[in-house]
Formats: sequence, structure tokens, C-alpha cells
Amino acid sequence: MAMLTVENLEVYYGVIKALKGISFEVREGEVIALIGANGAGKTTILHTVTGLLPAKSGSISFCGEELTKTPAHKIVSMGMAHVPEGRRIFQELTVLDNLKLGAFTRRDKEEINESLEKVYQRFERLKERKSQIAGTLSGGEQQMLALGRALMSRPKIILMDEPSMGLSPLYVSEIFHIIQEISQAGTTVLLVEQNAKKALSIADRAYVLETGKIVLSGDAKELMKDDSVKKAYLGEG
Amino acid sequence: MQYQSKIWVYGGLVLFFLWNRDINKRVNSTKVKELIILIMEVIAQFMNGLNLGSIYALIALGYTMVYGIAKMLNFAHGDIIMVGAYTLSIAMSFLSLPAPVAIFISMAVCALLGIVIERIAYKPLRMSSPLAVLITAIGVSYFLQSVALLIFGSQQRKVESAVNLPSLLIGGVEITGEAMVTLGVTIFIMAALTSFMKYTKTGMAMLAVAEDKGAAQLMGINVNKTISVTFGIGSALAAVAGVLLTSSYGFVGPYTGSMPGIKAFVAAVLGGIGSVPGAMVGGLLLGIIESLSKAYISTELADAIVFGVLILVLLVKPTGLLGKKRIDKV
Repeated sequence: MAMLTVENLEVYYGVIKALKGISFEVREGEVIALIGANGAGKTTILHTVTGLLPAKSGSISFCGEELTKTPAHKIVSMGMAHVPEGRRIFQELTVLDNLKLGAFTRRDKEEINESLEKVYQRFERLKERKSQIAGTLSGGEQQMLALGRALMSRPKIILMDEPSMGLSPLYVSEIFHIIQEISQAGTTVLLVEQNAKKALSIADRAYVLETGKIVLSGDAKELMKDDSVKKAYLGEG
Repeated sequence: MQYQSKIWVYGGLVLFFLWNRDINKRVNSTKVKELIILIMEVIAQFMNGLNLGSIYALIALGYTMVYGIAKMLNFAHGDIIMVGAYTLSIAMSFLSLPAPVAIFISMAVCALLGIVIERIAYKPLRMSSPLAVLITAIGVSYFLQSVALLIFGSQQRKVESAVNLPSLLIGGVEITGEAMVTLGVTIFIMAALTSFMKYTKTGMAMLAVAEDKGAAQLMGINVNKTISVTFGIGSALAAVAGVLLTSSYGFVGPYTGSMPGIKAFVAAVLGGIGSVPGAMVGGLLLGIIESLSKAYISTELADAIVFGVLILVLLVKPTGLLGKKRIDKV
């Protein structure tokens, strides 16, 4: 059964129609990639799913609950974490405070500490720098912090928006490796990426977006072989 | 050039020596006494400044918290002080309640009023231009003043002091009970507020909302609730400021809050708006500058000097004394 189902989603920025009837689904345990050029509407989709933007019409159902009418702050406790574009960590707070804010809706103190240890295990740099002000971390470290913060809510599904943006090639590989690890640990992943090659290489299925519409979808390995995808997004052919 | 400056230095030294010798010759026991009295007086004025500055600091805290979290200048904040003072006066003289109860009621009324004002006047404008919000805030300020004018008239009302402490005489300097309580309360509130922000979940939520509302929502923080709490705390602090202000000055009128409100706004900007320690530093500094200028320069010019200092500081450091500079890293 699908964990997240989006049907005929339409979103406007003022009079501009940003999403023109988007439908897709994410099943439990999958890694789904949404790829497309700048301005295709990838970030808009994620923002609408987690309630930062209102939907004009259509539905978003997550584990049987309708998200279009749920306020943004209630969504994380339903098991959905969103790592936003540009990381948006709290620059003026410490690394530890950022991670604690990730577990804001949880009340179980001991289990929160357990999650914290897990995050520290996965990202050793964060443990070394736990009392450092987050704004002083490097771009790659900030991305790790954003991921760690999202994991602190113990999500069933994690939405990631351009996690590789602005990172050095070394960090890009590390981030994608970590995404695979997160997926193998049982968390469903919805990944938005401009780096289509990398995204398709770790995804199960993918959707291709163009100006607010899904133009292509299917198995990630097969999309990699598709001529139009190759030409438009992989810089080949 | 070098030769010339040397002449100036030597000349200065000689003059200083002559002047010094002159003083030495004239100093006798009465002169010493006068000097001591002068020092005492300066200390007393300094204490006055601390008293006034603490009140400014308390009001500035509200300005700075609301600005930091809701990103708006709440120009009605000063008039909350007036509401707090009237509430205290009614609770104490009409209902003859004991001072602590009256203070508590005054804080509760103001906190509620702050929350209601935010809900009715500012929340619907959260997505509109900052100018619209600013003008609305000025409107709310006039609204509160006019309601007070309608109910209580333009005549100032006498208010009993909520503080019943004798004055303290330290080495010839008299420190009023009000001044001591004001300073103590302000320091206590500062410390309490700082630890509240640091160690409670609500406090952390406030810091998160201050920095990035969207990201805060993704953490599960209810932004509306957090902004309400901020207005509540800020307005309760304004009530405390109102209580202390009227305890020191004894009167309340419909415009009681407006000048302290503006001064406290200056204090918040001086210290760096958005910064809690900045509000404290700015408030105290402003109070001391104002008191000393009133005593030793000119009563009329005191306000001009205060605002002049603000302009100077902003010229040198546009973010204010302790203002934050955003760190942006890609």
C-alpha cells in the first residue's frame, strides 16, 4: 500500500500556476526521486506536502490521513520529516540545540537521548562540534546537521530537497551514501534533486517534472536509459 | 611638526602644574567637603539613572522580544505600561487589594491584552507589508490612549506606591526603596528570561521562530502559539515596568506610557534590537545618560542628548551595541 499518495495537486503563487495537477505515490521502504530543471516545481511539491504552502486543489494522503488540511506543525509528529532546500538549520543556535529541536514534538526523554546517540554515531563530526554555533559549520557539515535534525523526529518518511546543492564532490558522494543507509535502516525517502544522475542511481523509482507537470515516470534504472532523460538531465547523447 | 607637538605637550604639562598648584593652595577643609558632596551627588544621580534605566530596560525587553520573534515594531507596547499602571491603581485603591496581588492582576491583564491585540490587529497582517503593520501598531497605540482618556479623563491619577520599603542611606547617598526594588526586579527578570529562553521548550521554540518560521514549523513548532506567548511575556513585563514607574513617580495618565515607550524603543535599538542582553545594556545606558544630562547639562536638552547618542552609536555600529550580525554561509 502506498504510504504517501498525491493526487491532482494544484498550487498557485498568486496568479501563477506552479503545479498543474501532480499525481504520484510513494510506497513504504522506497526511495523515490523527483527530478527536473530549475523552476519545474519540485520544491513546491515538498512545501505543499509538509504544509508550508497551501494547495489550491487535489489531495495529499499520508498513512490514511489528509495533509492538505493539516497545519504544518502537526505533520512532523505524524512521522514525516522534511529537510528543506538550503538546509535551513538554526544558524544562531548550537549543533546540539538544533538536534534537540528536531525532536521537539517528542516527549520521551530517554528515547530522545538514544536517537541523539544514533545521530552522533552516523555523523561523528556533529558529536565533535555539538556545542559549536551551527552557523560556523561548513556547508557539508550543515547538510549533515539538517539530516541529523530530521532523523531526530524518528520519521517514517523523510523528504529531502536538493541535499547535494552547493557541496563539494566529496560531500555529495557522502550524502548519497548516507541517504542509502537511511533507506536501508527502514525509512522511506522522497528525494528532490537536480543532480539527476546521482539521484537515479540510488532511487527505486523516479518522476520527471517539467513546468509543473509530471512528464515521465518509472523505474529509476530504466529512466537512466531513456533517451529524452539522457539528453535533458544526464548530459549524454 | 614633531617639534611643534613637543611644545604643546610641555606647555600643557606646565599649565597643568600651575593649575594643580593653584588648587593645592586653595584646598582647605570646606573645599574637600564640597568635593565629597559633589561626588555623592554624582553617585545619587547615577543611582537615579540606574532606576530609570531599569524601567527602560524592562520595556525594551518587550520591544526586542516581539521584534526578534514576530519581526514587527509594536509601537503600542508603551501604552501597555499605562494600562498596567491604571490596573494597579484600580486594584489597590478601589478594590484595596494588597500590593503583590494587585501587581499580579496587572501583569495578567496586560499579558492578556497583549495576546488579544496581536490576535485581532497584527495576526491578520502577518503576510502584508511591514509598513501596514507599523501603522496598525501606531493606531493601536492611539486607541489605547483614547480609551483611557474616555474612562479616566485627562487628569492624572495619584497612585500609591506598590513598593513599601524605607530608603537606604549608604555613605551619605540616599537610595530609595523603589530604586532598590526596581534594580533588583530588573536583574531578576533578566536572569529568569535568559534561562527561560535557554532551558525550556517554549524558549527554544521562540529562538527557532525568531530565526526561521518555516523551518520552525517543520520541527513541529506552533508558530502562532509561540508568537502569542511572546506578546504575553512582553506585555507582562510592560506591566511590571508600569508598576515600577508609577511607584517612583506616583501618577498615571492616559499618556504615561508614551514617552517611556519611545525611550525604551531607543534603548532597544541602541543595544541592538532583537538582542535580550542588548535591551538591558541599552536601557541602563540610556537611563544613566538621561539622568546625568538632566543634572549637569540641561533638563531641556536631556532628550536631545539621549537621541544624539543613539544617532552616534548607529553611525558607528548600525546593528546597535550588541546587535547580531547574521552569519551566512553557502
